[in-house]
Amino acid sequence: MTAAIACQLSRVCLQGHEVLRGITLELQSARWTAIVGPNGAGKSTLLRALAGLIPYDGEVSLQDRPLRDWPARERAQRLAWLGQNEASADDLTAHDVVMLGRLPHQAWLAPPSAADHAAVQAAMDQTQSWDWRARRLSTLSGGERQRVLLARALAVNAPVLMMDEPLAHLDPPHQADWMDIVRALVGAGQTVVSVLHELNVALQADVMVVMALGRVVHQGSPQNAATHAALQAVFDHRLKLLQVDGQWLALPHTPR
Amino acid sequence: MIQGRPGTLLVLLLLATVGLLVLGVAVGSTGVAFNWVHQDAEMARQILWQIRLPRSLGAWLAGALLGLAGAVAQGLFRNPLADPYLLGSAAGAQLGVALMLAVFGTSAGIAPGSTLGLHSLGLTGAAFVGTVIGVMLALLLARGVEHTLRLLLAGVVVGVVLNAITNLIMLMVPDIMRAMTAFMLGTTGFLGWHSVSLMATTLVLCLLVALGGSRALDALSLGEATAQSLGVRLGVVRLALIAAFALATGAAVAQAGMISFVGLVAPHLVRNHCPTTHGRLLVLSACTGGALLLAADILARWAFAPQELPVGLITAVLGGGYLLWLMHRRGGSRRA
Repeated sequence: MTAAIACQLSRVCLQGHEVLRGITLELQSARWTAIVGPNGAGKSTLLRALAGLIPYDGEVSLQDRPLRDWPARERAQRLAWLGQNEASADDLTAHDVVMLGRLPHQAWLAPPSAADHAAVQAAMDQTQSWDWRARRLSTLSGGERQRVLLARALAVNAPVLMMDEPLAHLDPPHQADWMDIVRALVGAGQTVVSVLHELNVALQADVMVVMALGRVVHQGSPQNAATHAALQAVFDHRLKLLQVDGQWLALPHTPR
Repeated sequence: MIQGRPGTLLVLLLLATVGLLVLGVAVGSTGVAFNWVHQDAEMARQILWQIRLPRSLGAWLAGALLGLAGAVAQGLFRNPLADPYLLGSAAGAQLGVALMLAVFGTSAGIAPGSTLGLHSLGLTGAAFVGTVIGVMLALLLARGVEHTLRLLLAGVVVGVVLNAITNLIMLMVPDIMRAMTAFMLGTTGFLGWHSVSLMATTLVLCLLVALGGSRALDALSLGEATAQSLGVRLGVVRLALIAAFALATGAAVAQAGMISFVGLVAPHLVRNHCPTTHGRLLVLSACTGGALLLAADILARWAFAPQELPVGLITAVLGGGYLLWLMHRRGGSRRA
């Protein structure tokens, strides 16, 4: 199996402060990888570095080609990004926002093609946001807005999709819908990498990357005992991992 | 209040522009007059063709340039308070004019045929060169266009320093005070066909560049990281848009002086009545800015005719009043 994303990061600094160091990762294609860890572990910074959105010392490869060698447009066609707390384009309608996902596929100044319109409708149908296509983002609730932004990332139709805290503002049924979407994408051969705070959702991923203090401490299957041990260690053993109906759950726990 | 379709707003703005142009041509030192056929034909033709028509068209074009520059600045800096006079452009223009007046005296602006280097530029050229230098200084100080906040801070620093130099020049050469005040209040009184052709060319050029970056501005409204992830080359887009913004501002200021609030208010008016994508916002802001300044120009000529008010004074009062009303309305809706 080939690696969709691979990295060897010697160090990543934000405003002169070292946030990540010594990270080596290979994320397989057609897999859902969840990056987890306590606050300040460097999860979002790692995802931004993997997406080439911040400077880094070292090398990141996308589909076996160094990220720096990809022309911006071609890279954008292959790697879609959904950021944490994306600024809200309040003047734009939901449809306008999702159409921005087609930007990497559109020629400069060319109007959206039939394929663009079809991709936008398909993405909005997937996130059940098509009904609000004419509404401005400023009139949507936090959860509705998040579904529109997810549709924007899906509309890119990139083989690799990176999402930072995509479940923010989503209620449990829509979290389940999000997992269905991810499963469908992975089933279709796409690679999904997500930073998640919701450990119960992350435990459903194919691969879990556990981080602490700017380093990757473990990478493995969420079903694996070694992964559970790593989770316990980075969360100061204040987690209880239970198996219910064959599914692993993580509950907050204070040892007595 | 018009709420909704950009197409409807554009048609209304164009109709308003035509109506205002007719009114602008009719308004003179004796008030409003449409019965030109009964007047001395040659004199009427001279007044209408050589004075009122270019002045009205020029006022519309200067307003359109400022409206466009304001919409670009607000989109680029993702700040609704950004206006065309950011990044040291206003301070640069003022310094250029002050230097010109101090070195060549108050007749510097009316020196056709002079070949004495800077002197031949005239006041309009000095204002334009000052604007461009102001913006370039801000870019130099910010070490490029990569960091929005650094750019804004550099603009503030350049503005403060250049304003201080202008004030020093005014203190040292008090004779230029009156001319400087006229420049700072803005005037459309000297706009002729040359100004109209220059501003029209600049408007078309800047509008094309701005429209070329309009999708990037939409993407930027989702944040820099998202725009970058969508393949937007932030450095190139910023540079092109800052060039368009500086050119539009420089051309307007050079021809009509420091007209305040039009560039700030025009995009607000459009967004308030018809929030839309940047592609449409840029065109609508230009049309709104044009209509606003033309209306202000007519008011300036007509309100106390034959006495004429500085048009910048009218835009400041109307623009300031509008922003106050907007603030009050938003405050009210928040309390509700």
